[in-house]
Amino acid sequence: MKRSLILDVVVRAEFHALMVVSIYLLFAGHNSPGGGFAGGLVAGAALALRFVSLGPEAVRRTIRVAPTTILGVGLLFALGTAIIPLLTGHSLLDHGKVDLSAPILGDAKMTSAFTFDCGVFLVVVGLVAFLLDTFGEPEDEPVDIPPDRDESVA
Amino acid sequence: MTGLVMADSILLLFVFWELTSVTSFLLIGTDDRLAPARAAAQQALLITGAGGLAMLAGLVLIGQQAGAWNLSELVAEPPSGPVVTVGIVLVLMGALTKSAQFPFHSWLPSAMSAPTPISAYLHSATMVKAGVYLVARLSPGFAEIGPWRPIVVGAGLITLVLGGLRALRQNDLKLLLAFGTVSQLGLLMILFGIGTDAAWTAGIVMLVAHAVFKAALFMSVGVVDHATHTRDLRRLDHLGRSLPVAVGIAVVAAASMAGLPPLLGFIAKEEALAALLEPGTPAQLVVLVGVVIGSMLTFAYSARFAWGLIGPATPAHDDAPAAVDHVPTTAFLVPAGVLAVVSIVAGVVPRVVDPLVAAATTWLGESADEHLSLWHGFTGALGLSAVIIAGGAALFVLREPIERGQARLPRLGSSQRAYDEAVTGLLRGADRVTGVVQSGSLPVYLGIISLVTVSSGIPLLFGASLPTPLTIVDTPLQIVACLVMICAAVGATVVGRRFAAVVLLGAVGYGMAAFFMIQGAPDLAITQLLIETLSVVAFVLVLRRLPDEFPIRRQVPGARRTQGARLAIAAAMGVFIFGFTLAATAERNQPSVAEEYLDRSLPEGGGRNVVNVIVVDFRGFDTLGEITVLVTAALGIGALVLAGRRRPEDDADTDTHDDDQELDAGVGAA
Repeated sequence: MKRSLILDVVVRAEFHALMVVSIYLLFAGHNSPGGGFAGGLVAGAALALRFVSLGPEAVRRTIRVAPTTILGVGLLFALGTAIIPLLTGHSLLDHGKVDLSAPILGDAKMTSAFTFDCGVFLVVVGLVAFLLDTFGEPEDEPVDIPPDRDESVA
Repeated sequence: MTGLVMADSILLLFVFWELTSVTSFLLIGTDDRLAPARAAAQQALLITGAGGLAMLAGLVLIGQQAGAWNLSELVAEPPSGPVVTVGIVLVLMGALTKSAQFPFHSWLPSAMSAPTPISAYLHSATMVKAGVYLVARLSPGFAEIGPWRPIVVGAGLITLVLGGLRALRQNDLKLLLAFGTVSQLGLLMILFGIGTDAAWTAGIVMLVAHAVFKAALFMSVGVVDHATHTRDLRRLDHLGRSLPVAVGIAVVAAASMAGLPPLLGFIAKEEALAALLEPGTPAQLVVLVGVVIGSMLTFAYSARFAWGLIGPATPAHDDAPAAVDHVPTTAFLVPAGVLAVVSIVAGVVPRVVDPLVAAATTWLGESADEHLSLWHGFTGALGLSAVIIAGGAALFVLREPIERGQARLPRLGSSQRAYDEAVTGLLRGADRVTGVVQSGSLPVYLGIISLVTVSSGIPLLFGASLPTPLTIVDTPLQIVACLVMICAAVGATVVGRRFAAVVLLGAVGYGMAAFFMIQGAPDLAITQLLIETLSVVAFVLVLRRLPDEFPIRRQVPGARRTQGARLAIAAAMGVFIFGFTLAATAERNQPSVAEEYLDRSLPEGGGRNVVNVIVVDFRGFDTLGEITVLVTAALGIGALVLAGRRRPEDDADTDTHDDDQELDAGVGAA
């Protein structure tokens, strides 16, 4: 893969900013545009950028854990949020609410929907990482398929 | 099976019913290295499974109609009406397949490839008795319903006679017994199907008697098979001398099957005949004649069975008479022996069976003061028994001319052949359908989907009205976004390179995001934008493996010829979707849920972003389902890619893309 210096530098500069944005979207989601899905997609896009500039190995180094683990943990978050209310006698996916107040940051409201959103976030990030991991192997020869079949992709 | 008998809820009964089907599948196929065993297991499962499905439908129909799901309630207050009649017929299908009644009996003889204890178990106590049991439980309530008697008694009669005739022709001891079981089950069906109290009682006695003698028979055949390595009765030579105990047990059991006094089988047969002799309709006379003929056949094949063991080997047969390899141990004989003794004891002192029969019949609610006895006096039943024994003996004595006659008769289509043909026909049909439907060409799939959508959707558009007021454009910005999308879409269809087409598709998506933005839906816009971006990335990952350019049209055979059709289909689809969307916005007849969600979002969901609150809270369960699908799809793709790095990529990618879109749609729908 030919590497481009400009792209590398831009990605290096952008990557962490994008990650911060994605986490912002995740947290802000409940009250302003965003949410776990959008946040996860931004993080996924950041990973994809990293993939484009530095290749699959870099993506693996960045996330360290296996993509399937991220998928699993995400699903566990969501399922846990869904099921825990059942144990306390509420109905499935009944969300609790906590009011927090931090000295400088001011008051904040937290609902357990947030953990659910975190689950969505992780699933989306995991999915993108998984795709990059699975399909991102160094290119092998293009498969030769006969022309009459090939049309199928059109 | 115990669960089946104990269950009062018909649905629970159905669950146990299917469990016996599954376990018998496993039992018949115990030796899974043998192709016949596998085929027999499959046959049993297919036939009883199909019957089970019909039965489930029938049970649901009846339960729905009656509003009761317990056997006891249903029988106490049987519902009626055409729906119930259909339901009953369906339930009977289940019972007939399970109890190997004509024309579904073929699986039972096939199941003979199973080891002997399993045959004994399947044939005497469980599985086949399930159908009889169900008929018995239902007959007090439903015997009066139109098709009940013709179906149950008719099938029973045909089975009784046919099974007997087939049993007479068998040389394999086990097969002989198998057809005997088929025949006996027919008799049981008749008795329970008639539904009168006397017939019911006779059925219970017969049930017990059959269980006892058939199990003993199968086990003693197992012993003989083990000792001589053959089950061909033509090769067994005076086994009475070398295996006295085993043959003794078998003969006692066979005598019980034939209905000879003083055995339990005799009492059962007497009861059955007495029940049929009760004054009744002319149809009952036909049944009586049928039962007498069937019983003669039963006697004849019982004698053939016993003679096969005791008598000399048939000299004409090529193979040498089988030698007895070893004498079976006592433990090997005990189970069969116990059952043979039960046959005798219960025959001589029928009072021991009384409590059983009484317990079964009190459930009926009738007065169970009747006691079984060996000697009833000179009754009609006794006379018929004599006729049966005489006729059966005559059949046995004349067996050689009859055998020759049977051999000369044209072979009627057997149920086994019908089954085989049904299965091969099904497979061939499925093959052909798959060949037509799954052509493997994406353009054809897409074309068919579009055509069906358009042709089924067009009627919806008749009488549809346009939304009022019809707003063409809100702001000039929309025109810009729209132009971008149109250009990109047209471009995507004409460019020659795959990569360019993907990017142009992405541009259409971005245009859509712009629309969302203009309409004031930042959440949707963000999601759309990101999804489009990642879709392009995913496409590119796959496109790396495909040739850079689309094949030139001229190289694709037939492309020019079909181009017009494809254009027409695409245009029709586009126009239809356009019209449909337009009409759909005008057709709101329920108030929008949007207001409600807007009101509830902050107080109940604790968030001001309504879209997000919907996704994680109001419709959280949907989201949970969607991300589960997402994860499953991802793992499936991973497995596919790992399994064959050859070519599954394009399939896999369409999947993810769809899922992304689906989730997106979930968000968008909010």
